[in-house]
Amino acid sequence: MWSYSKKLQYPVKIERPNPAMAKVIISQFGGPHGELGAATRYLSQRYSMPYGEVKGVLTDIGTEELGHMEMVSAIVYQLTRNLTPDEIKKSGFDVYFADHTTGLYPQAASGSAFSAETLASTGDVIADLTEDLAAEQKARLTYDNLLRLVDDPDVRDPLKFLRARELVHFQRFGESLRIAQDHLDAKNFYAFNPAFDMPKK
Amino acid sequence: MEDNREMLLKRVQICDFILVETNEYLDTHPNDQAALDYFKKYNEMRRTAAKEFTEKYGPLNMWDFEGGNRWNWVDDPWPWEKQ
Repeated sequence: MWSYSKKLQYPVKIERPNPAMAKVIISQFGGPHGELGAATRYLSQRYSMPYGEVKGVLTDIGTEELGHMEMVSAIVYQLTRNLTPDEIKKSGFDVYFADHTTGLYPQAASGSAFSAETLASTGDVIADLTEDLAAEQKARLTYDNLLRLVDDPDVRDPLKFLRARELVHFQRFGESLRIAQDHLDAKNFYAFNPAFDMPKK
Repeated sequence: MEDNREMLLKRVQICDFILVETNEYLDTHPNDQAALDYFKKYNEMRRTAAKEFTEKYGPLNMWDFEGGNRWNWVDDPWPWEKQ
């Protein structure tokens, strides 16, 4: 069960609209390394996770990612307020505008719609947690690239916050992998999959 | 007036951020006594900050509703709007 808090995790207050920026930042909503995929990945993986600590990590980080999806959406929303058709044409935002006006649609910067093929939920403890470590790095590098493209401090500030969270989550998933491995056969981590094989008594 | 709203909201956001961060740390360190105390301290602070905000500016969660003749949950601003 989830409940909504009527506030952002971190403030988003953008003075000047800029549809060209919105066009690339939307990737962290519905792109291959975006927050929608992150939330879906962790919240799906937790059912096959046998260890309480890691069930907690997947649940709580997955929940935080929903809040990040809201922040990215708020950035895109605020960057696309009060636009004239001329500004939309000049900025290149017209290709998005044609289908979505200034509504929020989960897609990559390159224009492809959100796809669950950008994430994995394998039912294998080591494979899932290793995927999660890579996912946090891919989200981090996307924020790095966005920070290379964006110069408005109002936009950079929340992007920097989101980038920092990827690093913390990478750390927590590293600890989660260690916790999982501590439960496995120390001589062969792959002797059994604790999410599927019956443990030897 | 608006500045005060922003300040009180920021206080809740700061406490909530500390609690989320500590929650995730505690998930992988569930017996860390210092972290448990830290969580308790900011949880208390959060309660006070949220009460102060919601009494003046309306609910942050549906449970904050305290009666009255209007469901002020629907009142602007919503979080994504530049306030």
